[in-house]
Parts: sequence; structure tokens; C-alpha cells
Amino acid sequence: MKVIMSGNEATARGAWEGGARFASAYPGTPSTEILENMPQYGAECYSEWAPNEKVATEAAIGASIAGVRSFCAMKHVGMNVAADPIYTFAYTGVTGGFVMVVADDPGQHSSQNEQDNRNQAKAARLLMLEPSDSQESKDFMKKAFALSERFDMPVLFHVTTRTCHSKGLVELGDREEAEVPDYEPKIRKYVTAPANAKVLRATLEDRIAAAREFSNDCEFNRVEMFDTKIGVITSGISYQYAKETFGENASYLKLGLTFPMPDKLIKDFCSKVDKVYIVEEMDPYIEEFVKTLGIECTGKDVIPRFDELNTDIVRKAFLGVEPETYTTDMKTVVRPPALCAGCPHRGLFYALSKRKGIMITGDIGCYTLGMAAPLNALHSCICMGASISQGHGASIAFRDAGKDTKVVSVIGDSTFFHTGVNSLMDAVYNSGSNLSIILDNRITGMTGHQQNPGTGYTLMGKEAPEVDIPALCKAIGVKEDNIITVNPNHLDEVNAALDKLLPKDEPCVLITRWPCVLKKFSQQDIDEFPTLHKTQCVIDQDKCKNCKMCVKTGCPALISTKEKVVIDKTSCNGCTVCKQVCPFKAIEEVTR
Amino acid sequence: MSEVKNILLVGVGGQGTILASKILTSGLIKAGYDVKMSEIHGMSQRGGSVSTQVRYGDKVYSPIVGKGSADVIVAFEEMEALRWLDHLKIGGKMVINDYRIQPVPVNLGAAEYPEGIIEHLKEKCEVLSFKAAEVATELGNPKAMNIVLLGALVKAMGLDEIDWDAEIEANVKAKFIDLNKKAFHAGYSL
Ligand SMILES: Cc1ncc(C[n+]2csc(CCOP(=O)(O)OP(=O)(O)O)c2C)c(N)n1
Ligand code: SF4
Ligand code: SF4
Ligand code: SF4
Repeated sequence: MKVIMSGNEATARGAWEGGARFASAYPGTPSTEILENMPQYGAECYSEWAPNEKVATEAAIGASIAGVRSFCAMKHVGMNVAADPIYTFAYTGVTGGFVMVVADDPGQHSSQNEQDNRNQAKAARLLMLEPSDSQESKDFMKKAFALSERFDMPVLFHVTTRTCHSKGLVELGDREEAEVPDYEPKIRKYVTAPANAKVLRATLEDRIAAAREFSNDCEFNRVEMFDTKIGVITSGISYQYAKETFGENASYLKLGLTFPMPDKLIKDFCSKVDKVYIVEEMDPYIEEFVKTLGIECTGKDVIPRFDELNTDIVRKAFLGVEPETYTTDMKTVVRPPALCAGCPHRGLFYALSKRKGIMITGDIGCYTLGMAAPLNALHSCICMGASISQGHGASIAFRDAGKDTKVVSVIGDSTFFHTGVNSLMDAVYNSGSNLSIILDNRITGMTGHQQNPGTGYTLMGKEAPEVDIPALCKAIGVKEDNIITVNPNHLDEVNAALDKLLPKDEPCVLITRWPCVLKKFSQQDIDEFPTLHKTQCVIDQDKCKNCKMCVKTGCPALISTKEKVVIDKTSCNGCTVCKQVCPFKAIEEVTR
Repeated sequence: MSEVKNILLVGVGGQGTILASKILTSGLIKAGYDVKMSEIHGMSQRGGSVSTQVRYGDKVYSPIVGKGSADVIVAFEEMEALRWLDHLKIGGKMVINDYRIQPVPVNLGAAEYPEGIIEHLKEKCEVLSFKAAEVATELGNPKAMNIVLLGALVKAMGLDEIDWDAEIEANVKAKFIDLNKKAFHAGYSL
């Protein structure tokens, strides 16, 4: 029987069927659900959250060297973090089959940039597979491990938001167990001292050549011959849009193994059709290769180089037709995401929004929304872990330029563990003066509530030691007196800490500790935060002067119209921040 | 080959579009269709615009419902119906929940919620609008609004050959089965 699965569920299933025994990842949309779907395969495949993508990749590399089939998974920008190990692991090759799943986000549905990581497969010289739906996600992933072993190369499994988050029917298969060999050190293979690495670099060319031969005649690359006036070369989700656009009015070369590229197969296909069209998202990865073969083709001259594709875009580009639609002059209002009602980040950002003359360097997570109106209290967001290092650089720059602008850096708990720790070391080691605020909401919020090294639990649901953030900061060298932990829902506590730490001319850390309201609370949370979800706030309409001060907290539970403000009972989580800012004492806290 | 049918379920995060589309797709699969469904999610916060795209037929390629191609759009919130109007096929039908959720810019006084959306859409295309929240509240729980809308959608698509009660039983928590069955039939008979 076939079952309906998202691409991510199917990739996880494929890993299990392919005999994987080790999986590590750091969450990131659209890849997160791959690892979230691994614990169901229990002891047959161990799975874990790593603090960042580099660590996840290295852990999976270790498992491969130990002889077991392993994989790591990450969103597209995660591959930048993991680039260091993977570029060299390409040289050494594998023992147990190794797959790096990288999920690109064309159209930036939930990312800070758009990057086409097919280029990184080429640059790092990794075998690359590109599934185009859930069935192929499962099948290709299953076969990826043996492929990696056969050519002694890591596989980059390239997926995109649409393949990850779309569901389709999948025919399931059985697990294929791979034997685990006894350990034998292979020093010349795995110690990439220059003398060894130079040899490996040369043999890598041989491995690529063998893989290229294979790519010319393999099950991953498929020719579908129909009308030969047009020949379409495509891969991944773009295949679906091409099929819908041209139907049987074109022939197709559907590529699934796209590094190394199948040169002979492409030449042969192109010789059988009159015109060649390339349908691909983002960069002209296939197109540039086809052009180096001296073949004329049409691709990026008509298809955009950025944003997500769809059938409408492909049809308009090649056929010049646009769908007939209803139109209207009536304007809609956008619904930008906002911090949830009762989000523990709100109190902190409200307090920061009232301070003048500070620069607030930010980072990536729910708290990035501190930038939005009405709070407007976050000034930068580049990549994970950058807030503290950027803040350090800025604080030194201001100091040396004789400016007294104070720098505050805000970073979430998961982001701090990801790459913020090194940044704090930089600030402390080099006598910076930025105030680092670690927003410890006891979970990785943004990506859907994953455990992390500070939460006390693992991906597989086991209890785990917790990182003690104040102790860690102290160990890095922040003075004990400069580390304060507060409840961010209590504005007076937050303000007292800011008053104490902001004037200091040395590295300081403020930790806000209160759980994300959407988190599934552990027993430990219930014990530590006994008032969670116990109360709500209501506005006494007789006392309310409709001054809108409470609305300036940006809480979505406060519904404001010209006539009045009311609190939506179904969404208020009782953080009391609105109550604390009401100048007329019109808001009361009541038990739920 | 039968033509591929396209359905859009649009609303605001937290309104239950996901459960409704889950029941819908599992019914379509039982009926033997090839089905693709696309749902872009990524941020935890609620309150943003959400959409689920469902396509079914003998063979479905793209998971995306294009502009001017939806046979039915079910809008869980008024303004979301307006936002997705250009995706409706000419001659297609809108099922609209007569219900508003005020977005942040309106709350902050930076924008105004458009008035008269449903009347405006009725001048353009076939619209079935009703207060699904009230129907669900009468049945005992306003949250069952999503299944009331599912019932209306199934009627609009003429998907009568599927045993929807069985699908509700298979996809809903035991204590909500009765409520949801009632909600479904209430929506279906509107
Ligand atoms: C290199 C990289 N990996 C992963 C992500 C995806 N991502 C964005 S925010 C985030 C988690 C943030 O969690 P935390 O710092 O705890 O803040 P919260 O969302 O809980 O406020 C992740 C994993 C990313 N943007 N960049
Ligand atoms: S309405 Fe007030 S108490 Fe309730 S969640 Fe919003 S800010 Fe907190
Ligand atoms: S998911 Fe949690 S951390 Fe993110 S905005 Fe909502 S309450 Fe805040
Ligand atoms: S701050 Fe107080 S008085 Fe002003 S609108 Fe809100 S509840 Fe009313």
C-alpha cells in the first residue's frame, strides 16, 4: 500500500530503509522534520540534535569512519557552517556510506538568504542526488548510502522547500542492513596531512571520473521521449513544472544524479531534439554545464535566476501564456508574523525599546521579530551567532571613534550554543564592552520547538545534562558580578538589570529565563515556573481610557479598535506585560 | 485521463486548516486518486497567512495550485479570500467563512481592515458564505469551525462517494469525533 508522506518524512524513511545507523542534525527550515522523523525508527538508527551543522556533519563523518552508514541534515545556510569538514571529507572518502542532506529554500519562505547549494556539490566535489517528489526522496535516499560506498565519495542530497514540505504517495520498502566492519585504522586515507591530502586530491579525480561514467547510464538519470521538437533538461521539483507545462509536446532528460554531470547522456539527448530548454530553479547550474559541452540552449534568459519557480512561471517563460484570473482593486492588509501572545521575549524588547542611544545587534530566532513595529528594538540580523561578535566589533569601533554609543547583543539559547559561545569568547578575550543578552526560553523556538543542550532532553526523548549558561559565561571570563539572570516578564527586574549593566565598560551578560509559551512543558518547567498558563489578563472597561499604551507592547491578544481595546481570551497567556505598562491600572490578572 | 482538480484552503495560522486538509487528502487517497498537497510552514508563531494546496486526479505532477486554477477556494477568514482571489479558476467557487481576524498593522492603527469583502467577491464569482464559527458554537465548540468548512468544501466539489465519517474517525481524537461528524454534516447541508 502507498502512504502519503512529506518529502522530509520520506527522506527519513529512505535513510532507515537504506540501513543508516547514525543521524545528526541541527534544525532549520525546511529540513527540520527529517530528524524529527527519525526517533520512530528507534534503536536501528540512533539520531540526535547537534549544537550546530558543523558538529552534526563531523559526528556523522565519525560514524562513517567507524564503518556505519550515517547522515547529517541541515538547511541551506547550515552547509556554510559545515563547509569546513565536508570539503576535506570529499578527499578522504567514506567507510560507511555518508549522506549530507541539504535543504535549499528558493523564494526564502523562511530564510535570511537564498543560495543554490548545487554549486557547493561541484565546488567540494560531492556526489549529488536531487529527488523531485516524496517517492524519489525515499528511493534516492535509500540508494544514496550504497552509492557513496561504491564511489568512495560523500553524497550531497539536495532538496528544496517544495520537495520537503509537499506530500505525495510513497510506496514503502524494507530495510537493507549493511554490515559493520571491524575497525582498522586507515591513516593515509583519513589523516589529511598535506602529503596524504595531495594524494587524495589526485585520486578524487579518478573517483569523479568513475562516477561520471556511471551517471551517463544509471537509474537516477532518465530520458522520456515524446515529441522531439523540444527537449527539456531538468532536475528536482522543476521537473514537475516542466511536465505540467509541456506534457507530451516535449521530450525530457530528467536528472537525479547531478554531480558529476552526465556529459555523454546530455550530448546524446540533445542530438535527438531540435531545441534544448533548461528548466531549473535559482542558478544556471545545469545550463552552464550544457553550454560547456558546446550545446545551445535556452534557460536563464527566460527563467528568473532567483525566487521559487512554479508552473505559471515556466509556462509564461517558454510558451508566453498567462492564466486568466479574477482581478480586484480592493487591497488586502499583510499579516506579518509577530511574537506570540505571552512570548517571553516581549518584556525584554519592550524594555529595550525605551532605551535611547544604544545599538542592538541581533541574531536569528523568534526574537528577530523584536525588530518589528511597534517594538523596533533589533537593528541587525546576518547569520547565527553573529550578534555577539558583531556587537563586539561595533563596541570597539565606537570606542576608538570616540562615540559613546552602547552596544547590546541579543541571542537565543539555541543560537548561543550554535556559534554564540565563540563570539562571547572573542568579546571577553579582547576586552569588548557589549552587553550580551541571552534569551533562554528553554527551547529552540523558531523552528518548532526542538530540544537543545540547555533544555535537559535529547531528540530521542532521553534526559540529558543541561548547559549551565551563567557558569559557562563565567568560565569564559565574564565577571560573576556582570552576569544577571531575570524573568523577562517582570519589566522592573529587566530594567534594574539594564540600569546596572549598561553603564559598565566591560563584557556583561544578561540572561532572560522563561519558557516559550508554545513549548510542551516538561515536569522540570512546571516545577521551575509554577505560574505558567495559570492566569490571564482582562481589561476593566470602566477604568480603561483607551490610551493604547498596552497595544504598544505588540501583543496579538490585545485587539484594538477605534472605540476600545479588549484582550482575546483564547489567546492571552497571562504574561502581564500589558498590565505593567497600563498607566491607568485598568488591566487585572485573573486565574484561568 | 481525468482532469486534475485543485483546492486551496486558506486562512490564518491556528485556525485548523491543517487538520481539515489532512482529512480531505486521506479521503481522496481512499477514493483512489493520485494526490499532492503542499503546505509551506517554517515559523512557529501563529497569526500569519497560511495556505494548503491540494491537487488530485489520475496523475498529479506539481504540488502547487497556480493562478486562475483553483476549482474551489475555502477561506477560513474573509480577507484571506480576497488575498487568494487571483488563484480561483474562472467559474470556480469560493466558500468563505464570514469571520475576521484583525492583523497586526490594523491593530496598531497603521492600516484599515477592508470593508464589504464578501459582497465585493459575490459580484465577481460564485460565493457561499456563512458564519462557520456560529455553526460550530451551536454544536458545542467554536473550534470545530474547520470541519464545518470541510463539509461545505466536500459538497462544493461533489465528493459524495467518499465515506467522510470514517475519515473523521481515523484522523480526529476520540472525544472530538462526534462533534466533528456533526460539524461536517452541518457544513455539508448548508
Ligand atoms: C546556520 C543556520 N542554521 C539553522 C538556522 C535555522 N534557525 C533559525 S532560528 C533557529 C533557532 C533559534 O532558536 P533560539 O536561538 O533558541 O531562539 P528562539 O527561536 O527560541 O527565540 C534556527 C535553528 C539558520 N537560520 N541558520
Ligand atoms: S494580553 Fe497582556 S497578559 Fe495577555 S499575553 Fe498579551 S501582554 Fe501578556
Ligand atoms: S514560538 Fe515561543 S519563542 Fe517563538 S514567538 Fe512564540 S512564544 Fe515566543
Ligand atoms: S493601557 Fe490601560 S488604559 Fe490604556 S488602552 Fe490599555 S488597558 Fe486601556
